[in-house]
Amino acid sequence: MRASLFITCYNDTLFPQTGRAVVRLLERLGVEVDFAPAQTCCGQMHANTGFRGEAYSQAKRFVQLYRDTECVVIPSSSCVAMIRDQYPALFEELGNDDLRRQFVALLPRVFELSEFLTDKLKVEDVGAYFPHRVAYHASCHGLRGLHIGERPFRLLEKVRGLDLVPVANVDRCCGFGGTFSVKNADVSTAMLDAKLTDLLATNAEYCTALDNSCLMHLGGALHRRNLRLKPIHIAEILASTEASTT
Amino acid sequence: MSGPIMDPRLAPPFPEAALPILQNTQLRNNVAHATDVIQAKRNRLVAEKKDWHELRTSASAIRAHVLANLAKYLEEFEANCTAAGGVVHWAKDASEARQIIIDILHEENATEVIKIKTMTSAEIQLNLALQATGITPIETDLAELILQLGEDEPSHIVVPALHVNRQQVREIFARQMDLPQLPDDPEALTAAARTYLRQKFLSVPTAISGANFLIAETGAVAIVESEGNGRMCLTLPRTLITLAGIEKVLPRFDDLEVMLQVLARSATGERLNPYNSLWSGVVPGDGPQRFHVVLLDNGRSEILGRKVERQTLQCIRCAACLNTCPVYRQTGGHAYGSPYAGPIGAILTPQLEHMRHAQSLPYASSLCGACYEVCPVKINIPEVLIDLRAKVVDQERLESKRLTDPMYLGMKAANFAFASASRFRMAQWFGKLGLRFFSDKDGWIRKLPSIGSRWTLSRDLPAMPDQTFRRWWAEREPERTREAKPEREARSKTEAR
Repeated sequence: MRASLFITCYNDTLFPQTGRAVVRLLERLGVEVDFAPAQTCCGQMHANTGFRGEAYSQAKRFVQLYRDTECVVIPSSSCVAMIRDQYPALFEELGNDDLRRQFVALLPRVFELSEFLTDKLKVEDVGAYFPHRVAYHASCHGLRGLHIGERPFRLLEKVRGLDLVPVANVDRCCGFGGTFSVKNADVSTAMLDAKLTDLLATNAEYCTALDNSCLMHLGGALHRRNLRLKPIHIAEILASTEASTT
Repeated sequence: MSGPIMDPRLAPPFPEAALPILQNTQLRNNVAHATDVIQAKRNRLVAEKKDWHELRTSASAIRAHVLANLAKYLEEFEANCTAAGGVVHWAKDASEARQIIIDILHEENATEVIKIKTMTSAEIQLNLALQATGITPIETDLAELILQLGEDEPSHIVVPALHVNRQQVREIFARQMDLPQLPDDPEALTAAARTYLRQKFLSVPTAISGANFLIAETGAVAIVESEGNGRMCLTLPRTLITLAGIEKVLPRFDDLEVMLQVLARSATGERLNPYNSLWSGVVPGDGPQRFHVVLLDNGRSEILGRKVERQTLQCIRCAACLNTCPVYRQTGGHAYGSPYAGPIGAILTPQLEHMRHAQSLPYASSLCGACYEVCPVKINIPEVLIDLRAKVVDQERLESKRLTDPMYLGMKAANFAFASASRFRMAQWFGKLGLRFFSDKDGWIRKLPSIGSRWTLSRDLPAMPDQTFRRWWAEREPERTREAKPEREARSKTEAR
């Protein structure tokens, strides 16, 4: 199997270790990973802030870049939700017939990482080892956008040594929301406080998620407050083995 | 105590209006507690309903059908209501609606009017207009009474005084009803309200109500409530005026079977509301002998004409979206500067204002989608929020102040950078260089200027790592198998074409 990695703009720039972990993990599972250097961004930030024409430019780029690939893997549920939920209307309004057709054909081949593992590769035990107490943060786009359900839990439960602890109010937003965190910084911070209270109550060592965006928000506050809880993308946990350290 | 500003034309932008509330621990605790209680009840009663999914689908389909045929059902309602002895008035905006109501009350020589809780009356700011003409409105819903006596404003569509707790209610009643010894247990408080209101019910001959539903087939009006104050207002007075948004119509009496179930479960977590009142026109010798319905447009026709936003009008005002919203939970309703708070308010208010006011409201959401999940008529609120944001930005594109707005400029710069890989690589390089200027020795950034300071208000930012992912991949490239290469080249040729 061959998979094209769409790393996303912010993972590429700020969290390269997540991308390296995805490559390590997929190659370990026998997937041939490809990376198209022409990729940039899915357009989510522009779309969600109201810059529709700009978002469409990224959407068009995405489809043109991946229309011939076997499948696309994205380690970010919100970018996948952007493609599934918002691209159709963008192409409907601004695209031409060719692009619309290409998008419709490509869409079923676009996977969020945990979907790719459980639905496409049909694995739950990825052979990972991570001997730590871990809290899972359900990012809203994974939870309600992709209806990701139990997939991340099934993957994490099979990680050797991992102690998965339940989080209260797991379905409640952490307050990131992209530009919301800046435009409504004070409300965003109040939501963040509530989320941290629930996460810290678990006494976990790590907080993991499908999205580095939520984790950047949570991690930034954890660092500011000198707290012990560390953010880590799920790919980095799944890539860890007895032989490696993250 | 001066009340919060609930006029979208005068209210400060949402982030600003939220600030004092975020510092009001008492209010935030009240809101968190109340929304937790209602949401838990709602979740329990939705879970027990095995056909909830089908009910929700039906409710959504009924409301969408109404909107697709609104003119027809409104005319049908008008004809049947008139035939039953009602008088139907059409108001194109808030000021027309206020004038119609005031004229009727003047004809009745009214100096006081009793009211059932109606958000539409708050939308048109009816109470202020009544007072200005010498007519005293008397709110008879317990929560609305608390707010009226406390000179406060509603903060929730269904539970307007949810931000006020029992001890605060006691203080308001003790002061305004002159009952210094009043205890703060619920029985004593409701008894005090009952004594106060009973006298008004028996002496005031004119009443104003809203409507939960208008039934086209029979010309009937439906109201659901929990306290029985509505039943009093609907039966005792001589004259009744009902104010309803034009979207409130349902085709048939039978549609109530679906709507009353989803409304009660979503709104208050009850199987059915304690009081469900339905009346059509006038019946000699029984109930009000003069009955008026004021059908209010006030921007609704405009919303109806918009493809994505039209679904806003499917709303049945259950407020389930408020109770589940993580933003509303922190700010309560007053920050929205409108009687319609929470996610539904964030999409409804700016549209009712013709996208000329309340432009910050579409941004008052993290787009978490919790509202869409609970909506009994399946309004995709995040989708509408995003569409309204695009409308706000399209206005910004024409304003000269965009050229000094860091958010606007940042978005345009990012779009430029995302247009090609080489530009993006360069932006990454400049970004890293620029951020290094603000980094502490440990590589973390604790303070950024301009719009970045909104991020560093509560969050540190990790400095950009030495190597981006694409850089790492480029260095790894030589290790790759040879078969992959021609394919990649072929692809870049395709792209060039």
